[in-house]
Amino acid sequence: MTPAAGGMAAMRIPGRRMRRRRTTDRIMSGLLWLAAVLAIVPLVLVLVFLLINGLPGLNLDLLTKLPRPPGEPGGGVAPAFVGTLMMVGLGTLIGTPIAVLAGVYIREYAGGRGATVIRFLVDVLAGIPSITIGLFAYGFVVVPMGSFSAIAGIVALAIILIPIVARITDEMLGLVPATVREASYALGVPRWKTIVRVVLPAAATGIGTGVLLGVARIAGETAPLIFTTLGNRTLSTSLNEPMDALPLRIWVYAEGPYASWHQQAWAAALVLVLLVLVFSLGTRLLLRRSHRS
Amino acid sequence: MTSLADQDSRVRRLLAAHRPHHGEAVFRGLVLAASFAVLAIIVGLVVVIALQSATGIAHNGVPFLWGTTWDPVRNLFGALPFVYGTVVTSVAALVLALFIGVGVALYLVELAPRWLSGPVSFMVEMLAAIPSVVYGIWGLYVLAPFLRVNIETPLHRALGFLPIFGGFPIGIGFMAAIAVLTIMIVPTVAAVSRDVVRAVPHAQREAALAIGATRWEMIRVAVLPYARSGIIGAGILGLARGVGETMAVTMVIGNAPKISASLFAQGYTMASVLANEFTEATTDVYRSSLVEIGLLLLVVTLLINVAARLLVWRVAGGARRVDA
Repeated sequence: MTPAAGGMAAMRIPGRRMRRRRTTDRIMSGLLWLAAVLAIVPLVLVLVFLLINGLPGLNLDLLTKLPRPPGEPGGGVAPAFVGTLMMVGLGTLIGTPIAVLAGVYIREYAGGRGATVIRFLVDVLAGIPSITIGLFAYGFVVVPMGSFSAIAGIVALAIILIPIVARITDEMLGLVPATVREASYALGVPRWKTIVRVVLPAAATGIGTGVLLGVARIAGETAPLIFTTLGNRTLSTSLNEPMDALPLRIWVYAEGPYASWHQQAWAAALVLVLLVLVFSLGTRLLLRRSHRS
Repeated sequence: MTSLADQDSRVRRLLAAHRPHHGEAVFRGLVLAASFAVLAIIVGLVVVIALQSATGIAHNGVPFLWGTTWDPVRNLFGALPFVYGTVVTSVAALVLALFIGVGVALYLVELAPRWLSGPVSFMVEMLAAIPSVVYGIWGLYVLAPFLRVNIETPLHRALGFLPIFGGFPIGIGFMAAIAVLTIMIVPTVAAVSRDVVRAVPHAQREAALAIGATRWEMIRVAVLPYARSGIIGAGILGLARGVGETMAVTMVIGNAPKISASLFAQGYTMASVLANEFTEATTDVYRSSLVEIGLLLLVVTLLINVAARLLVWRVAGGARRVDA
C-alpha cells in the first residue's frame, strides 16, 4: 500500500462524517431560518387583520363624534382620541425633563460607580409592570384626591416614559465627542453651561428619538389608566375628572356585546397602531439622519 | 484687529466665567434631584402599594399565598389561582419564546445576508411596538377562534384522555394566553440575545472555523457557550415581561379564578385580576386584597428584573446597554 492510498482511505471516513456534519449544519440553519419566519408571521397577521377589520369602520366620524348610547350604531370615539392626545402630551412634558436631567447626571456627573447605580435603577424602573405603576398612581393621586382623574393617568404615563428617555439620553450624551466638551472648556465656559449649550444640543436629535419612542410606548398603554383615569364616555378636558383614552376604549368596546362596538374597537386599534408606527418609523428616520451627519 | 485693552477685558470676562459659579451648583442640584426622583419613584411604588394593601394583609394573613378560593362576596381571598395562572402562562410562553427568540438572534447575527438582516430586525422590533391591547383584540377575535377550530378541537379529539388536553375547547383560555404572550416576549428575548451574541469575540468564531467547524458547529462550540449566561439573562427579562403583561392576557385567558391542568381551561393571572376587578371592588377589604396581589406581582418582577440585569450586564459588559 502506498502512502498515498492510505491517505485516500483515511480521507474517505471523514468524508462520510463530513456529509453528516453538513446535513446537521443544513438542518440547524433551516431551523434558525424558521425561527425568524415564526417571529415575523404574527406581525404580518396582526397588521393584515387590523386592516381587514379596522378599515370598514375607519372614517372621520370615528375621531370627531361622541359615542352613541350603547348598542346604537354610528357615533365615534372622539373623547378617547382627545384624551389620549392630552394625557400622552402632558405625560411627555412632565416626564421628559426629569428623564433628560437624570440622563445628564448619569453621563456627565455621576462617575463610575454612581453612574452604574443610577443606570441600574433606571433599568429596574423600566422593568416594573405598567399595571403596578397604575396602582401606585391610584394610591398616590386618586386616593388623596378622592376621585379618578386625568392627572393620575398623566402621572402614571410620565413614570413609564422616564426610564425610556433617561436611558437614551445617557447613551446619546456618550456619543458626543470629548473634544467638543474640551473646546468649550478651553473657552472658559463653565461645565453646566457647556452641557446645556453645547453637549445637549449636539445630542438633541438622539434625545428626540428617545422622546418619540417614549411617546409611542405610552400612547398604547392601557393597564396604568384603568384605575387612574377610568375612562369617560363624554368629552372632558378637565384634568380633575375621569378622561377617556384610545386603548381603554378599545378594551371596553372589544369586550362589549355590540357589533358596532367591535367595529369601532378594530378601527380605533388601527388608528392607535398607525400612530405608534408613525412614531416608531419617525424615530428610525431621525436616528439614520443623526448617524449620517 | 482688536486692541490690547479689548483683549485684556475679554480674558478678564472669560476668567470671571471660570470662577465657581452659582449656575454650576444649581444645575448640579437639578440633575441630582432628577436622579433621586428615579430612586424615589421605585421606593414610592413599593411603599404606596404596601400601604394600600395593609387592610388586605391584615385580613388575609399568610394563607393568602396558598389560598385557592377567591370569593369577594364571602370576603375569602386566596391568591393561588392567580399565581398559578401567571406562572403557567409566562413560563410556557418563555420556553417557546426562547427557542424562537434565540433562533432569530442567531439567524440575524450569524446567517442572514446583510440586505435581509436589517428588515428582519426591524420587523421584530415592530413586534415590540404594537400595543398590548391590540394583541388583545387580535387574540380575542382572530387567534382564539383559529386555535379552537384548528388546534384545540383536533387535539381534544385525539388526546382528550390526557388531562392537559381535557376540558371543552372554546378557544379562550390558557393556550390562547400562552400563544399571545409568546408573541409578545419574542422581541425582548431576540433583542437581548442579539446583543450578547454580537458581543462574542470574532476570534472565537474564527478559531472554530479554522479547525474546520461547519457554521452550526461554530455556533454550538464557540458562540452559544460564550453567550450562555447572557441568553439566560434575556430569558429572565422575557419572563419579567410575561409576568407583568396585562391587557392581552386579560382579553384571551377567560378570567376564571380556578386551577386546572387543561390547556383549554380558562384561568386568571395576577395582572389581569387587577385590571378586571379593581374598579368594581366595592369593599375596602376586596380592593386592598387586590392591591396585595399587585404587591406580590411588584416584588416578584423586581426580583426577576434585578437578577436578569445583573446577569446581562456581567456578560455584555457594563458599558453595553440592553434594549428590553
